[in-house]
Amino acid sequence: MSEENGQAVRSSFEHVPGWGGAVGANSRVLRPRSVEEIRACFELARREGRTLGPRGSGCSYGDASVNDAGHVLELSEMNRLLDFDTETGVATCEAGVTIEKLWKSILPHGWWPRVVSGTMFPTLAGALSANIHGKNNFAVGTIGDAVREFDILLPRGELVTCSRDTESDLFHAAIGGFGMLGIFTRIVLGTKRVYSGDLEVRAFANKNLREMMDYIEDHKEVSDYLVGWIDCFTGGDALGRGLIHDARYLKPGEDLAPEETLRIEHQELPSKMFGVLPKSEVWRFLRPFVNDPGCRFINAVKYWMGRVEGMGDPYRLSHAGFAFLLDYVPNWKWAYGRGGLIQYQVFLPADVAHDVYCEILRRCQDARVVPYLGVFKRHRPDPFWLTHAVDGWSFALDFRVTDAGRERLWKHCDELTEVVLAAGGRFYFAKDLVIDGADVRRMFPPDRLEAFLELKQRCDPEGLLETTLWRRALRPE
Amino acid sequence: MTAARTPEIAGVPPDRRRAIVVGASSGIGAAVVRQLAREGYAVAALARRAEHLDALAAELADEAAAAGGRVVTRAHDVSDTEAVPALFEELVRELGGLDLLVYAAGIMPSVGEDQYDTELDRAMIEVNLVGLVAWTNPTATLFQTQRDGTIVGISSIAGDRGRKKAPVYGTTKAAMDHYLESLRNRLAGRGVHVCTIKPGFVATAMTEGLEGLFWVVSPEEVARQSLAAARNRVTVRYVPLRWQAVGLAIRSIPSFLFRHLNV
Repeated sequence: MSEENGQAVRSSFEHVPGWGGAVGANSRVLRPRSVEEIRACFELARREGRTLGPRGSGCSYGDASVNDAGHVLELSEMNRLLDFDTETGVATCEAGVTIEKLWKSILPHGWWPRVVSGTMFPTLAGALSANIHGKNNFAVGTIGDAVREFDILLPRGELVTCSRDTESDLFHAAIGGFGMLGIFTRIVLGTKRVYSGDLEVRAFANKNLREMMDYIEDHKEVSDYLVGWIDCFTGGDALGRGLIHDARYLKPGEDLAPEETLRIEHQELPSKMFGVLPKSEVWRFLRPFVNDPGCRFINAVKYWMGRVEGMGDPYRLSHAGFAFLLDYVPNWKWAYGRGGLIQYQVFLPADVAHDVYCEILRRCQDARVVPYLGVFKRHRPDPFWLTHAVDGWSFALDFRVTDAGRERLWKHCDELTEVVLAAGGRFYFAKDLVIDGADVRRMFPPDRLEAFLELKQRCDPEGLLETTLWRRALRPE
Repeated sequence: MTAARTPEIAGVPPDRRRAIVVGASSGIGAAVVRQLAREGYAVAALARRAEHLDALAAELADEAAAAGGRVVTRAHDVSDTEAVPALFEELVRELGGLDLLVYAAGIMPSVGEDQYDTELDRAMIEVNLVGLVAWTNPTATLFQTQRDGTIVGISSIAGDRGRKKAPVYGTTKAAMDHYLESLRNRLAGRGVHVCTIKPGFVATAMTEGLEGLFWVVSPEEVARQSLAAARNRVTVRYVPLRWQAVGLAIRSIPSFLFRHLNV
C-alpha cells in the first residue's frame, strides 16, 4: 500500500456494520500491526484524500465505528498483552487487546478487570473511546477511572503519553472521545484483586420501578454489582416490573478452593446447549420470538422465573458468567432480522429519573413501540469531558428496526429525546443512533463541547479522523 | 423522458440489483449482462476486449435506463489477479454496493489429440480457475460481512468426467465445481448463496465449428436459466436440465469402459 516506506498495511474491503446492524457501510478496513503502520494509514488517508474511522471490535450498537465516507482503521491486530504485574495488578496492553484477552490473562493470577461491559469482545481502545461502564458503575466509575496512562498517536504525527497529571486535558478528552482525537496504541490500567473466581449473586424480583430503585439505592453501599432488568410490556401497577441481580466479591477464605474457581475452564460459558446444539446456531431459534407477542411472552416468562429465583438463596456464579450476559447466545442480534436493532439508552439525574422513566415506558406502550429488552443501572459522575455518566440512573431500551417501521421508530425516539433533554438527561454514543447535533449541544455544558472541538482541531488539524457518528452528531456546523 | 420502470422480480427488491459480471464481452457473460440490464440492475461488465464491452453498453443503454438500471464497463484481464482488489473496491463504490457476482470468463482452446502444451494449459487454468478465485475472494469477504449476496459460477458438464479430448479444460471445470461447493458450504451460514451452473453445448464462439453437438441452447437461454436458478437458491443447475441425467450416467460408467468411448 504505502510502498515508499516499505510498509504494507493489511486491508480488505468489507461491509462494516454497527453492532446492532441498523447501520453500516462498505469500507476499506485497514488493520495496522504497529504504531508505524498506523502512521502509514494516516499517510494513506492523506494521499487518497479520505477520512479514517477508528474501530476496535465493532461492538458499538450504532455508528460510532462506522465510516460511510472513508476508510476504517481497525485496531484488532494490535492485541499483545505487553506486561502484567501480578503483585500490583497493573496491566500494560496494546490498544487492540480485548476485554476477553485481558480477563483470561489475569484471572488465574487472582485479578479481574475493574470495569467490563456486558460483552467481552470490545478492545480496550474501543472501551476507552466509549468510556464504557459495567454493572458496577455506581461503585467504581467507568473504565476511564481505572486507566493509569495511555499512549495516543495524533494524526498530526506525535505519539503522546497521557495520564491524569501529564497531558491531563487530552487524557480526559480522549477517554470518551470516540476516537476523534487520535489512535490509542498502549494502555495501562489497574485491575481488581479477587479471592475467588466466583461472585455471590442474589436475585430480587421487583413489582414496579419504584421498588427496583429503592432496592438498588439501599444496596449500593454494600453490593459490588447491581443490574436491573425490566419487562417493558407491563403497565399500570406493574409498570417497570423486573428483576435485580445483586452480586458481591467473595472475601478471602469464603471460597475454599479459589485455585479451582480462578481457572479459565471454570469461567467458560458452555459452547453447546443441552450438550448437542452448538451455541453459534441458537440465535436461529430465537428468531420466531423476536416480535411483539413473542417478546411479551419471553419477558413475562423471564419475570415469573425471576420471582422463583428471587425466593431462593444466594448462589455462586463465575465472574464471566455474571458479567457477560450478552455473550450467552452468540450473535443473538441476528434474531432481530435484516433491519437489526437499536439501543436507546437514557441517562437521567437521580431526582427526576423515576418519573421520567415511567413516562418513557408509558409513551412506548401508548405508541405500541415497545422495547424488547430493558436494562436499568445506577451511575455516578466522572471527570471525562464527553461522559455520558451522571449521578443518577440509566435505562437501556432495545428496539427492533424493520424497513417498514424505521421511520416511525426514529420519530418515536425523537419524541423521547425531547422528554429526556428537558429533564437534563444524556445519551451515550456507544449505543445511540438517533440524536443529532442540536441534541448534543443541549446535552453537554457548552464549554465542554467547545473545548473538545478545539482540542480536536489541535490534534487533528486536517480532519483525518471521522466516523458517521462524528458527522451526524458531533461535528461543528 | 419518462420515469424508469423497474420490472418486478420475486425476491429481488429494486434496491438490491447491483451486479458484477466477469467475462462479459461475449457468449453467456454478455447474455447475462443483457438480461440484468433489462431487469434494472446496475451492472459492471468486465472483459479483456474493451471494444466489445463498449458496443454492449451502447446497445443496452436505452433499455437499461428505461428499467432503472445502467451498465458500466472495465477492460480487465482476469489473469492480472493483482489488479482485482482495487478494481473490485472501485466497482462496488461505483455501483453503490454489490448483490451478485457472475463469473463467466472461460477459455477452451482447441487441443490436438497428441498435443501436450504447458503454455496453453496454463492459460486455461489462469482464466477458468485462478481468475475465479481472485474475484470470489473479495466478493466473499464483502458478502459474508453484509450477510447477503449471490455468487454464480459458470462451470460446465465437461467437469463431470475425465475425457480424453480436453484434459485441462475438464480439470478446470471439475476444480471449479469443487471450489464453488466448498465456498457454498463455507458461506451458507452467513446468508450468502453460491450457485454452480453446468451448461451443456451452448451456441457461442467457444463451440463454433465443433462437430457432433446436440441439445444446443442459446447463451440467452443459459443466462435466463442461470439467474432463475440462482434466485431460487439452487445449488447446482445443469442447463438444460436433462444434462443432469447425462452427467449421472456418464459418471457411473466404469473407467475401463469409459476410456474406449469417444466422448
